[in-house]
Amino acid sequence: MNMPLDQEKPLLQVKHLKKYYPIKKGVISRTVGYVKAVDDVSFDIYPGETMGIVGESGCGKSTTGRSLVRLEDPTAGQVLFQGKDLATVSQKEMRKLRTDLQIIFQDPYSSLNPRKRIGDLLAEPLLAHKLATKAEAEKKVNEIMEIVGLPKQYKNRYPHQFSGGQRQRIGIARALMLRPKLIICDEPVSALDVSIQAQVLNLLKDLQKSLNLTYVFIAHGLGAVKYISDRITVMYLGKVMELATTREIFEHPKHPYTEILLNAYPIPNPHERNRTQMVIEGDVPSPANPPKGCVFHTRCPFAKDICREKAPGLTGKDHLVACHFPIDEGKA
Amino acid sequence: MGELLKVDKIKTEFQTDKGPVTSVDEVSFDLKEGETICLVGESGCGKSVTSLSIMHLLDRNGSVTEGSIRFEDKDLAHASEAEMRKIRGNDISMIFQEPMTSLNPVLTIGDQLTEGIRLHMNYSRAEARSYAIEMLKKVGIPRAEGIIDEYPHKLSGGMRQRVMIAMALSCKPKLLIADEPTTALDVTIQAQILKLMKKLRDESNTAIILITHDLGVVAEMADKVAVMYAGQVVEETDVYTLFDNPKHPYTLGLMKSIPHITNPDDMRLNSIPGSVPSARNMPKGCRFYDRCPHAMKRCLAEKPELKPIEDKQAHSIRCFLYEEEEKDYEKKHAEKQHAEKEVSS
Ligand SMILES: Nc1ncnc2c1ncn2[C@@H]1O[C@H](COP(=O)(O)OP(=O)(O)OP(=O)(O)O)[C@@H](O)[C@H]1O
Ligand SMILES: Nc1ncnc2c1ncn2[C@@H]1O[C@H](COP(=O)(O)OP(=O)(O)OP(=O)(O)O)[C@@H](O)[C@H]1O
Ligand code: SF4
Ligand code: SF4
Ligand SMILES: [Mg+2]
Ligand SMILES: [Mg+2]
Repeated sequence: MNMPLDQEKPLLQVKHLKKYYPIKKGVISRTVGYVKAVDDVSFDIYPGETMGIVGESGCGKSTTGRSLVRLEDPTAGQVLFQGKDLATVSQKEMRKLRTDLQIIFQDPYSSLNPRKRIGDLLAEPLLAHKLATKAEAEKKVNEIMEIVGLPKQYKNRYPHQFSGGQRQRIGIARALMLRPKLIICDEPVSALDVSIQAQVLNLLKDLQKSLNLTYVFIAHGLGAVKYISDRITVMYLGKVMELATTREIFEHPKHPYTEILLNAYPIPNPHERNRTQMVIEGDVPSPANPPKGCVFHTRCPFAKDICREKAPGLTGKDHLVACHFPIDEGKA
Repeated sequence: MGELLKVDKIKTEFQTDKGPVTSVDEVSFDLKEGETICLVGESGCGKSVTSLSIMHLLDRNGSVTEGSIRFEDKDLAHASEAEMRKIRGNDISMIFQEPMTSLNPVLTIGDQLTEGIRLHMNYSRAEARSYAIEMLKKVGIPRAEGIIDEYPHKLSGGMRQRVMIAMALSCKPKLLIADEPTTALDVTIQAQILKLMKKLRDESNTAIILITHDLGVVAEMADKVAVMYAGQVVEETDVYTLFDNPKHPYTLGLMKSIPHITNPDDMRLNSIPGSVPSARNMPKGCRFYDRCPHAMKRCLAEKPELKPIEDKQAHSIRCFLYEEEEKDYEKKHAEKQHAEKEVSS
């Protein structure tokens, strides 16, 4: 595990990131409100570490991930890569930065052009960025295909001729072509069969070591996140609820939502089925109209008056939590 | 507990423009009243087709071509459409993964709920309505009196799945088939729905076929489990035996490949190499042959059958390893007896 050292500089800094999507209505498309997809998110990512992002559907994980590689323009806040603000760097510099920042998507199929052969798909980014001649690109393609465990002779095949797991390997190979420093993995294994997920997770872990990569790993499944992450950010309704090392999150969760989320996962051991389970009622409120105060108060079993009025800030040094009444060891 | 359902070696085929495809082949399992069986396996292994075969809800190009499906005293594999209409929604009901596709968007929740109730239970309109409200309350819908007049799109995914459960259970079926009822839902909502299903099952003694690919859900819900691979059941036993003492190489691989939150930090995941064969490229012998770490010569050419093995509990496996073991065991046993005889003589 790569613990961030105090003196080490973060590779990526996210500062008060907000992304609001306008809700339009009527013939003249009047803006009647905003979906607060990401609402004041901050964290640092250190070289060589994996930051996991977890939370339920719609909590803003993908929007955060896309903002980190500038596939979204933030409504407010900053994303600094190696100290440079992605919003203000020159076009030329941005082109260079784009090679350092890559993203892998959930659905390996829809993210690959079906009419292109795999060899061409992989060479494309190199040629587009004018980083290699055709011959060099070809050599590189062979190299990367070997790294991700795809036989070279598959180069002439089209995406539909591959299985889901193989397609995700292609997605990973494509992201690796430009030798990036940071890869955002947005649910890279969710669409895959269980027996294939392990292949891809192991591959990602091996590549991280051998190529010194930094990952942001977004997922629903806590097992996969735990397996791959050094630190974990727990999100709810566009906000960070808790951020700590993987061990802290699993062994000493401080936020009620984290505790409930961990608890909600069914355990693959029938001898545990009669454990007492903390099941919370109700649904996630709409991000167009999030609750006042603590956004979790409508479902939180510990909510008090202050929670309905005042939003808790994210506080702490290494273990950050946004709650007026964090769970402490003695109490829990 | 009486036996309710016995699925015996069914084969389901689809006619396609590229010729017939066998999706389910020699699938067998049985179920007693009040019992829950989980069908577990990867995408495309035939879980849904198995349940649709039982319900006679296959696409028009599909049919059960071999085997029998005994439900109480009827063979559903050979039942007429008229007989099936009487059974569906009454004795057997079904819920699907995506409740929105199975709820009619232009009818209110109440219209859809009361239709089945009036049809199968002979209630008047008013009686059906108050019974429907009672059912909605039972599945934990807040403001049931108001929700009953809403349209499905007004409800969240978890609420819709509750409505589906209310609808499926309203005629007190003997058997409920739930095809991935929580897969599309968030974990906190999944936990609510599983809790609800357990409670209703315990109250009404309904037997359940629960389809899932999540071994966590299996561990929470099942009495027994059928593990499917490429259209066949490869292992069947009670849930405790399956988790404590899995035997089939596929089941073993599956168990070890799941990253779980209780795993130690640095444990490496075991992965099963390769991928599931397609229906058109089915291996001739054992279907797991290409991916099996224990494959033997005979596995390439011969088809293993699902056979009971010696275990403390009923436990069936489709794999030559255990036949070999048995044979070995018998051989060794015979040798030993022979040796003993020689010594004593
Ligand atoms: N382009 C868009 N326009 C409008 N709203 C959007 C857009 N993209 C996302 N949203 C909304 O923003 C919120 C956050 O979405 P996001 O995709 O980031 O969630 P997520 O955490 O990745 O969810 P999931 O786990 O389902 O992938 C959701 O309410 C979503 O509907
Ligand atoms: N109408 C059809 N025509 C042809 N093939 C079909 C048809 N319906 C299903 N199949 C095939 O039958 C096989 C089994 O499908 P089934 O839907 O039962 O899988 P499953 O185990 O439920 O998978 P999943 O976990 O993805 O839901 C698949 O290969 C599928 O392509
Ligand atoms: S601030 Fe209050 S409502 Fe929010 S999580 Fe903490 S205790 Fe619950
Ligand atoms: S029959 Fe042979 S190939 Fe099939 S699972 Fe058993 S050992 Fe493996
Ligand atoms: Mg997403
Ligand atoms: Mg299915």
